[in-house]
Amino acid sequence: MAEREQKRKQSTTRSDEVVETVPPTTKQGDKLKAELDELLDEIDEVLEDNAEEFVRSYVQKGGQ
Amino acid sequence: MAIRKVLGIETEYGIILRGADSNPITVSSLLINAYVSALARQASAGNNKVGWDFEDESPGRDARGFAREGAMAPEIETHLVNAVLTNGARYYVDHAHPEYSTPECSDALEAVLWDKAGERILARSIEAAGEVLPAGQEIVVYKNNSDRKGNSYGCHENYLLDRAVPFARLASQITPHFVSRQIYTGAGKVGSEAAGIGPDRVPFQLTQRAEFFEEEVGLETTLKRPLVNTRDEPHSDSQRYRRLHVIVGDANLAEISTFLKVGVTALVLSMIEDDELAGLDLTLAAPVQAHRIVSYDLSLATPLEMADGRRMTALEMQWELLDRAKKYAESRGLESVGVEVGRDLLDRWEAVLHALETDYLSLAGQLDWVAKYQMVSGYRERHHLGWGDHKLAALDLQYHDVRPGRSLYEKCGLERLFTEEAVVSAITNPPTTTRAYFRGRCLQKWAGSIAAANWDSLVFDLGTDPLRRVPMMEPLRGTAAHVDRLLQQCETPAQLLEALGST
Repeated sequence: MAEREQKRKQSTTRSDEVVETVPPTTKQGDKLKAELDELLDEIDEVLEDNAEEFVRSYVQKGGQ
Repeated sequence: MAIRKVLGIETEYGIILRGADSNPITVSSLLINAYVSALARQASAGNNKVGWDFEDESPGRDARGFAREGAMAPEIETHLVNAVLTNGARYYVDHAHPEYSTPECSDALEAVLWDKAGERILARSIEAAGEVLPAGQEIVVYKNNSDRKGNSYGCHENYLLDRAVPFARLASQITPHFVSRQIYTGAGKVGSEAAGIGPDRVPFQLTQRAEFFEEEVGLETTLKRPLVNTRDEPHSDSQRYRRLHVIVGDANLAEISTFLKVGVTALVLSMIEDDELAGLDLTLAAPVQAHRIVSYDLSLATPLEMADGRRMTALEMQWELLDRAKKYAESRGLESVGVEVGRDLLDRWEAVLHALETDYLSLAGQLDWVAKYQMVSGYRERHHLGWGDHKLAALDLQYHDVRPGRSLYEKCGLERLFTEEAVVSAITNPPTTTRAYFRGRCLQKWAGSIAAANWDSLVFDLGTDPLRRVPMMEPLRGTAAHVDRLLQQCETPAQLLEALGST
């Protein structure tokens, strides 16, 4: 257990170093949010028309 | 020393026909027939269908040393479509689903590639079926494991093990890994299918399959499913090998999820084989319940009861296994999982555990459950929906749609381990590193002379009695290095058989 704690501390240290070199979290967060917004826009275009009927009629029997 | 972890993935796909009432077995047959017929037309070589040979199959044999009463080769299903492809894979109707079994792969990276090729084969099959179906009808296929109504279908992994490993040790040491690995192998599911558990209690869970497991160890695969399946059917020399048939996992679309699922499991199995997990007691007090708790736990912080009274989270269990694996890599090497692949595996495993611990949403570009969770929660917030809304269930299903343009997995843009060119090549070409190479190349060259194929043999029909069976009992023989020159030298299957000494 002690060794695991040590290793986890090491990896935390490593990632702290990385954090210093990347843009501030807010900017990163903005970028992620923009990507997610784009994804959600696209989803609206391809999503099955009648969600309730689509979900209800999807029945699979006899699987392993 | 642990033997090479030859591995493969079998996936039962969900299937529906839109625009008509249908029987799923008929639709699955139609789908696969359409693909195989289209291939035959392309090859313009007449009948390219090569059937599967069931002679050596015995799924009722139990690894604990007894045979189930009445167990027999599944002759009843031989009338169903059952094709062997030139990439060495098997493509067939199993129960009421189309199923694709990858060829035997020699490492986790290859398994990712031929598993992804399977998705493309299903997508191409849908196109081929579209050409023969009446207007207004369409087949749609999903790579998932549940219809959200309590019916599940599997994605099974297979690993080659040394027969000498005692099965009891194997079962007890692999169980903690199966329970805890869900934190990166899960494909995600909106809600729960268990009786009485509503969206308030479980809005979203890590896996598709956890709710369908009721036993710790057993032979069943369709009801009372066990965490450790005891099917003992090595499809190779049964004196030397065991094939561990793993039924507990989800079907993954994310390549990193698949890579970690089969790669880490292969590595843990190597450690068990070399008895390197002795002294690391991760035995759970109640593995079946723990399995479900992990799947339901979006905080990744719920402690599980251990048999010795300790409490550990799934993450802590995975850190322990990773520590052991690093020591194992130093002391015994990584040959059994491939040295390069093994190193990459250790790095990715550690990075993923670290990210799960600190900020799991940062894995939305890598793991299925995180990608799905981010997409579904984002959609829910934008449209102010409750977790029980049908639209979220629809998003969940459509994440797994294999049609390009409709697949929400594709829209999520997850990290790839291979180029699309490599995937397309794997649709028709076998891995070079296992006996699948011999099977695939023979089918490419002489499909018209192969009467039947199986994992461990090819049966040639040269037009003269009797049929000639070429046994392939060693999964690592028949590789490109072994047989490429021979196959190039032979123009006819008769020459091949003569060279192999089978005539």
